[in-house]
Amino acid sequence: MFRSFLALLLTVTLMMPVAAQDAETPAPVDRSATGGAQTLEDILARQRGEQIDDSFRSDAIGNPDNAAGMNDPLGTLGGTSDSEIYRALRYGTADVTVSSRGPAAEVLIQDAGMGWVQFREGPLLTYGGYLLLATLGLLTLFYVLRGRIRIDGPKTGRTITRFKAVERFGHWLLAGSFILLGITGLVSLFGRVAFIPLFGHEAFAVIATACKWIHNNVAWAFMLGLVMVFVMWVLHNIPNRTDLKWLAVGGGLFSKDVHPPAKKFNAGQKMIFWSVVLLGVSISLSGLSLLFPFEMPMFAKTFAILNDTGLPQLVGLGTLPEVMAPHEEMQYAQLWHSIVAFVFMAIILAHIYIGSVGMEGAFDAMGSGEVEEQWAKEHHGLWVEEVKAKEQEKLSASATPAE
Amino acid sequence: MKTMLIAFAATAVISVGAWYALDLIGFSAAEQGTGAAVRLDD
Repeated sequence: MFRSFLALLLTVTLMMPVAAQDAETPAPVDRSATGGAQTLEDILARQRGEQIDDSFRSDAIGNPDNAAGMNDPLGTLGGTSDSEIYRALRYGTADVTVSSRGPAAEVLIQDAGMGWVQFREGPLLTYGGYLLLATLGLLTLFYVLRGRIRIDGPKTGRTITRFKAVERFGHWLLAGSFILLGITGLVSLFGRVAFIPLFGHEAFAVIATACKWIHNNVAWAFMLGLVMVFVMWVLHNIPNRTDLKWLAVGGGLFSKDVHPPAKKFNAGQKMIFWSVVLLGVSISLSGLSLLFPFEMPMFAKTFAILNDTGLPQLVGLGTLPEVMAPHEEMQYAQLWHSIVAFVFMAIILAHIYIGSVGMEGAFDAMGSGEVEEQWAKEHHGLWVEEVKAKEQEKLSASATPAE
Repeated sequence: MKTMLIAFAATAVISVGAWYALDLIGFSAAEQGTGAAVRLDD
């Protein structure tokens, strides 16, 4: 189930551009008038953004064996023209030898890079930006309509320990690093359109360099926080029947005096937890792939697994590429990293809202760790009963005289 | 609130530590991606 969901999510999200390309089946073009070279129709089709069969170019890479003999007229020109050499470089068929190390060093022209740049500068920025703005808009609307969710019953003046220091440390390690990563990631992504016009190239170069350093190095704190949070809370976040009751009344978030029963974490918090874990692992893996360029390629392997499931073929995307240039691996990693980040940020904005201005008493849980008992009864009634029962057990044990 | 501030300070320490450690073991992009002959700072 999980694997299928992940596969579907990956397939649908990543392959939108591929779907668009597949939908536009290239029509055969008669190139006899140009002697096999590209025609005006080819150029116009490319300008319209259509996919054309460019094998007439990729195959036209010359043949050294066709060179005239050295003593013949023009014999020094060889059998391959400059254009043919550049075509071979562009389509990755040239025999390249370089002194630099690394798998990417032999790729001198990476043709798929334009598609990546266009997606990064276009749909990724546009829809990612809209997603964050829409989330902020919805939260503002919710606040206007519902107001701050108050503690309904009378406050007791007593507090109950909600989270221990180590739990709060793990949470804030994750939260603080996430906010830094989010801000620096957005600055890097939106720099060209939002910051260069404001500050100029020179100032933005300094900002971008600082953001890159922060983003690359704070990532380790994020990953450590993610592991801590997972280990400490995974058992409390296993779904159970109580969650259905909580979900049935929307957690009481939309109406006053409605307080569904919940243990340490309610269904809403469990959804946040699993979102953080799944998206956090995914963004960490793509982040590591970006942090160590060309060392951890993942997408060709992921596509191979997806192809084996038959999902891409099922949804009409055809067979996904299982062989790609090292740069292309990085480009997919960057796009996936950003897409996951936008979804992650939208979810965390909602989490920040409900944990701060959205609900009275909620911040104390992670601030001091001590919450008002009435708040705990209203939002985590079953957990309060468990805590009270444990306290009672301890009291009874200490009151029983030793034999 | 003290725990929150400690966690933020830990974030800074981990970040600087990671940067220093990775640089120390030669896992920089320059070390991984280029030969010694093409590096200007050696």
